[in-house]
Amino acid sequence: MGIRFILMVNKQGQTRLAQYYEWLTLEERRALEGEIVRKCLARNEQQCSFVEHRNYKIVYRRYASLFFLVGVDNDENELAILEFIHLLVETMDRHFGNVCELDIMFHLEKAHFMLEEMVMNGCIVETSKAQILTPVQLLEKTS
Amino acid sequence: MGSQGGFYQSKEFLDLVKSIGEARSKAEEDRIVLSEIETLKRRISEPDTPKRKMKEYIIRLVYVEMLGHDASFGYIHAVKMTHDDTLLVKRTGYLAVTLFLNEDHDLIILIVNTIQKDLKSDNYLVVCVALNAVCKLINEETIPAVLPQIVELLAHPKEAVRKKAIMALYRFYQKSPSSVSHLVSNFRKRLCDNDPGVMGATLCPLFDLITNDVNSYKDLVISFVSILKQVAERRLPKAYDYHQMPAPFIQIKLLKILALLGSGDKQASENMYTVVGDIFRKCDSSSNIGNAVLYECICCVSSIYPNPKLLESAADAISRFLKSDSHNLKYMGIDALGRLIKISPEIAEQHQLAVIDCLEDPDDTLKRKTFELLYKMTKSTNVEVIVDRMIDYMISINDNHYKTEIASRCVELAEQFAPSNQWFIQTMNKVFEHAGDLVNIKVAHNLMRLIAEGFGEDDNTADSQLRSSAVESYLYILGEPKLPSVFLQVICWVLGEYGTADGKYSASYITGKLCDVAEAYSNDETVKAYAVTALMKIYAFEIAAGRMVDMLPECHSLMEEFLASHSTDLQQRAYELQAVIGLDAHAVESIMPSDASCEDIEVDKALSFLNGYIQESIEKGAQPYIPESERSGMLNISNFRNQDHHEASSHGLRFEAYELPKQTVQARIPPASLASTELVPVPEPVYPRESYQTTTVPSVSSDAASTELKLRLDGVQKKWGRQTHFPSTSTSNSTSQKTVNGITQVDGSNTANSRTRETYDSRKQVEISPEKQKLAASLFGGPSKTEKKSATGHKSSKPSSHMVKSHAPKSSMEVASEKTSPVQQPPDLLDFGEPTVKSTAPSLDPFKDLEGLLEPTTQVSSAVNHSSTAAVTKSPDIMGLYTETPAGAHHKDSDILSGLSNSPMTNMVGGTTTMQVAQSSKSPNLKDSLEKDALVRQMGVTPSSQNPNLFKDLLG
Repeated sequence: MGIRFILMVNKQGQTRLAQYYEWLTLEERRALEGEIVRKCLARNEQQCSFVEHRNYKIVYRRYASLFFLVGVDNDENELAILEFIHLLVETMDRHFGNVCELDIMFHLEKAHFMLEEMVMNGCIVETSKAQILTPVQLLEKTS
Repeated sequence: MGSQGGFYQSKEFLDLVKSIGEARSKAEEDRIVLSEIETLKRRISEPDTPKRKMKEYIIRLVYVEMLGHDASFGYIHAVKMTHDDTLLVKRTGYLAVTLFLNEDHDLIILIVNTIQKDLKSDNYLVVCVALNAVCKLINEETIPAVLPQIVELLAHPKEAVRKKAIMALYRFYQKSPSSVSHLVSNFRKRLCDNDPGVMGATLCPLFDLITNDVNSYKDLVISFVSILKQVAERRLPKAYDYHQMPAPFIQIKLLKILALLGSGDKQASENMYTVVGDIFRKCDSSSNIGNAVLYECICCVSSIYPNPKLLESAADAISRFLKSDSHNLKYMGIDALGRLIKISPEIAEQHQLAVIDCLEDPDDTLKRKTFELLYKMTKSTNVEVIVDRMIDYMISINDNHYKTEIASRCVELAEQFAPSNQWFIQTMNKVFEHAGDLVNIKVAHNLMRLIAEGFGEDDNTADSQLRSSAVESYLYILGEPKLPSVFLQVICWVLGEYGTADGKYSASYITGKLCDVAEAYSNDETVKAYAVTALMKIYAFEIAAGRMVDMLPECHSLMEEFLASHSTDLQQRAYELQAVIGLDAHAVESIMPSDASCEDIEVDKALSFLNGYIQESIEKGAQPYIPESERSGMLNISNFRNQDHHEASSHGLRFEAYELPKQTVQARIPPASLASTELVPVPEPVYPRESYQTTTVPSVSSDAASTELKLRLDGVQKKWGRQTHFPSTSTSNSTSQKTVNGITQVDGSNTANSRTRETYDSRKQVEISPEKQKLAASLFGGPSKTEKKSATGHKSSKPSSHMVKSHAPKSSMEVASEKTSPVQQPPDLLDFGEPTVKSTAPSLDPFKDLEGLLEPTTQVSSAVNHSSTAAVTKSPDIMGLYTETPAGAHHKDSDILSGLSNSPMTNMVGGTTTMQVAQSSKSPNLKDSLEKDALVRQMGVTPSSQNPNLFKDLLG
């Protein structure tokens, strides 16, 4: 399965985007996000970008005020996930032009659309930025 | 900011997002969301809402759920939106539905139809959108409704559709393998797709399929190897490159698959050696992604049939990881080391100090990973150090999940490698004391059994020593204020069985302690039950030994309490205790033999010991017993007491009252004591025998207790024993010492070695604390070995076939020495100096810039007008969130909106030169920045020159 969820959380711990690849109820999500965010935000820059939490491993990366957190299975390649986050940010950056937290907030659905192109069933299915962005750009054009 | 058209946003939406962004606390955010819920509830069901507006409502609903509130009132509107003809609206509808609903939600049935229709659409984008939804919403029952269409789409001319169709099929395979079992060949076919994206996606289902059934896919080894080769040789389109690596994510997936296919298969592995070796060479170890691929190579190499050259490359890569300053790389290195030591155990030695540094690192993640490694390399020589460390760590953490895990690991290691009984008991005590409620009850039963059985050898003195030391330590531990229930059960059982066995403690002392336990933990019935049974055993042993039993007053009161207990189990035990005390020594000895918990009990199911009695009864004229199967007609309850009745078992219902059964002893003998062939005259009270069988805790007689124990322990392997060494580790120890091929190699003698170490230390000026040295020594194979190690350090000779460059150990020392200096990590911020971003080079034509500016200018100026009043009061608001500059954000690329901070209106009106400067230093698209500017102004924040750092920290 690989990726179990992707979260974007700002440094105040507020969720800015959440996508789960396995079903959790609202309460479970809330509890999980709370615990994970508390854990990750308390860490400093020198420490690993990986945190074990229950059965998940959280790989996280901070970009300015925004944390990207990816929950993965135990046998994922953590460094690759770390770079996947970066690929996601680069892709959003190409689309929004110097992406920021506000871009994601104002265009939540677009951020989701990009994720939909990159990850399906918790697997990374597309890593070419052009391929990821084409459908999103076509959407913009047609409407 | 993208186009405004389809993504039009109302003022209301902007205000909502703005206020959520400004919320200072969770409570404030909750207030905003709650009032938003009220608004949405009113508005969303209004008739004739334009679809743009509706789409916005749905996104607001997504916000509501994302921030942790229930938005179920709006789900139906999201479902309705999937019917829309406008692609964007439809996609938003699908997105919301996939976020809101799980596959078993009632509303799904309303979507299946839409999905079916959309899968048939001529517009491939509509098909893609529907396929996204299929992957999240279709459950086992609805698979047949869409399956034929999905199969058709596998051959769609558009690669995006094929890719998503493959993933949909994969999803079905995950949900219900049987429903698509006839279609798995499609995954093989798609592996040869012309489009690398489709091929890459197909690797995901193939990985799963191969995990489940390796042998059916061995024929694909050649294909995978050739694909990997092509990827590594950059045959894929440039678009798949990431940081100069050719399609690294596909490479990683392929390496994972090869690892599966090559595991334990020499022939398959031989096909892989070349390509894996190539990748090892080509990987750029200075980038994260290069290291990610390297790590995957190591995993692959340690999984497939070993190849010395590849193992050498892997060892090199590992030592690079461990020597790195980056904690991430150290983490990967420790993990990789754990994989490689399974094949070449001696490699751990070179990195001992690096490992110890990681173990002592304040970073919990790294520490845990290191414990995992230690767990893998535990052997009888280092078990004490490792388990002690683990326990210390276990005590220090609060995370129950991990505590459980580490406790069970401690137990496992202790059982496998324990050097002595004393140590084993003490270790188990610590584990129970600090994590007792978290360990599996089986562990407790196992411990009791181990204490009872000893070591299986005919060494009775050792066994009784073990028991005595257990009793002693438990009596001591009972002084602790609060102990976990499981541990108390063990303590009670052991005290009952062996408390008085060695004669060191008197019965009254032990029973006193047991009464204390029962009183102190009065709300734990299991513990109380264990305590009563233990009391009974002590008294029984006393009686059997011919001593007078003098029940303590507190014991009396305890019994009184239990005799009236609401728990039938406790009550029964109390009655049994009372009964046993009343018996004579001979009888007690038969039902409660001392130290008999390990005796096998033969249950005589045929009840042959009753033969004499039956014979006698029959002679007196009783009817012989007819087995139930031979009896016809109604089951008659009197059959159960068949031998008591002088009548024939009747064939119909009886209407007269049954006779009172005669008092018979035989029928009520507890099965536990059936083993002893003699009949014990048990006086009143007698209990129904069923209750013996239903008690869940070890009951009355020690025999019964041990039967139960035995039953529960069936699944538990017996691992513990003094002689258990891993044969492989012991051989590796000796070989690594023997195969040292350096001529000047120092080995053996301690004095020589310690001298070597001293000189080594002083020469290198390395500050390695003696404790660390000692720890290293104890972890990595005894003092003599460490010395040898440090000797290798500067004499640079290397053991064994798995060669490591001679400098490796030396530099691992250096790493250790550097560890005091603060570790520097490359800045974690997005470095947009990367080629991908650079490629969109800023245009240098000022006129073009101006052109771009013409459009937004009006907007901007109006926005400024509108905000000028608000600006004064509002400026510290939302953007205040973003004004902090992150520590260490030392990358040249200026931030998204830095244009704002230094582009007041004057710039726009006249100065092309200033603009040019601003442009070249920052974003590729000035127009975007200005639009952002406009938006921000609209929201009531004016970037002013007093606030040049505004947005400084935003992503970039």
